[in-house]
Amino acid sequence: MATREEITSGLAEILEEVAGVNPDDVAEEKSFTDDLDVDSLSMVEVVVAAEEKFGVKIPDNEVQNLKTVGDAVSYIEANH
Amino acid sequence: MSNVDVVVTGLGATTPLGGDVASTWDAMLAGRSGVRALTQEWAAQLTVRIAAELAVEPSEVIERVRLRRLDRSEAIALIAAKQAWADAGLEGTGLDPERLGVSFGSGIGGAQTLLNQDDILEAQGPRKVSPHTVPMLMPNGPAAWIGIDFGAQAGVHAMASACATGAEALALGLDIIRSGRADVVIAGGTEAVIHPLPFAGFASMRAMSTRNDEPEKASRPWDKGRDGFVFGEGSGAVILERADHAKARGARVYARLAGAGITSDGYDIVQPDPECKGGIRAMSKAIRDAGLTGADIAHVNAHATSTPAGDMGEIIGIRTAVGSHPVITSTKSMSGHLLGAAGAVESIAAILAIRDSVVPPTINLDDPDERLDLDVAAHKARPLEIHAAMNNSFGFGGHNVALVFTRP
Repeated sequence: MATREEITSGLAEILEEVAGVNPDDVAEEKSFTDDLDVDSLSMVEVVVAAEEKFGVKIPDNEVQNLKTVGDAVSYIEANH
Repeated sequence: MSNVDVVVTGLGATTPLGGDVASTWDAMLAGRSGVRALTQEWAAQLTVRIAAELAVEPSEVIERVRLRRLDRSEAIALIAAKQAWADAGLEGTGLDPERLGVSFGSGIGGAQTLLNQDDILEAQGPRKVSPHTVPMLMPNGPAAWIGIDFGAQAGVHAMASACATGAEALALGLDIIRSGRADVVIAGGTEAVIHPLPFAGFASMRAMSTRNDEPEKASRPWDKGRDGFVFGEGSGAVILERADHAKARGARVYARLAGAGITSDGYDIVQPDPECKGGIRAMSKAIRDAGLTGADIAHVNAHATSTPAGDMGEIIGIRTAVGSHPVITSTKSMSGHLLGAAGAVESIAAILAIRDSVVPPTINLDDPDERLDLDVAAHKARPLEIHAAMNNSFGFGGHNVALVFTRP
């Protein structure tokens, strides 16, 4: 089981690769769109990469609930 | 003739000869070839294993994250357009976005993305297909990205007329400004599909040179030993501007785009009319549109792609529509055939020929076809005072475009 810190840092790696987000800016309270400037197409890439990295399924109707990095961490933590 | 004068105030290019206009033009004047052996693994199985690939990779110019959502044809269109914009001194001039248009096309479009994503679809399934696929493969992508980067709101247009695309994009830009719809148009063409599929397709048509052992000698327009064109990639961009608008802001003017002629053959999907009838009509229209006569055209940058069938028809055409006096050249002998970008890059060569009073050479013309009865700047650049120069571009489908540029 990955810890919340490990999941956050894994997401930070994906966000850097896909959207050029500085890993230092990635924290649980940050909003993907408002704080990290991840647009809708990049968010799709983040989700697909996160599914692969953490061995989870993130259905499209869940993605809209993942507003912040912390939301994504919680979902992954609960489902992987 | 139109009473609205349109001038060229900025140039940009990234080609097999150089990553910008200056290096491309230097290479042309020096007679250097941009054709090389393909080193990709997939090339080994092909009958054609040479190409004119970009001298400077887009990744050296555009940062990684941006680049991963751009098809290569879009990336190099943006690079050329940015150069042209800066060259025109339009940065920070407060140009009204509603007076800025884009006319920028591609012969094949984002086929490289289409093919790469299809590989992913086959191997990894639909969920792995990139969400950027559609905006990367759509043929209006290059024009649209340029429009977004520069905030163009007067209309963004994407030509697709095969190897006449770049020239037709300039012709449409001219029309847009003459009609009063815009003061400035970013016009040009782009092509980047170095991928085995188009190589296999063109090779199946027997349209490409198979001179694999001598890449630099493979593109040899009008030479008896020519055996097909050499596939290239690149982009050229030109800033077209209403002359009084350019004057009011004190812009440097390279040349006037004095006239354009567009015709279609209505004849065959790949073969050009052997008597160049459509080409003749395009050239004659362009000369008339410029308010000139054939005698005024001192130089023609010819379409001449180095195919056995195509090259000689244009000679008949130039002789008929322009006369026997112009000094002609085919810069494709050096750049290879840039397909949808050819008309834009070759227009830039014609514009710089006027500016520098020199015709770039046609290299590899060692043994001219007997039917070549026009004066070619063979092997070496030729000093020549040029008041007016023409660029010809013809494309699969029977598209013919001629453009006339004049000294400002």
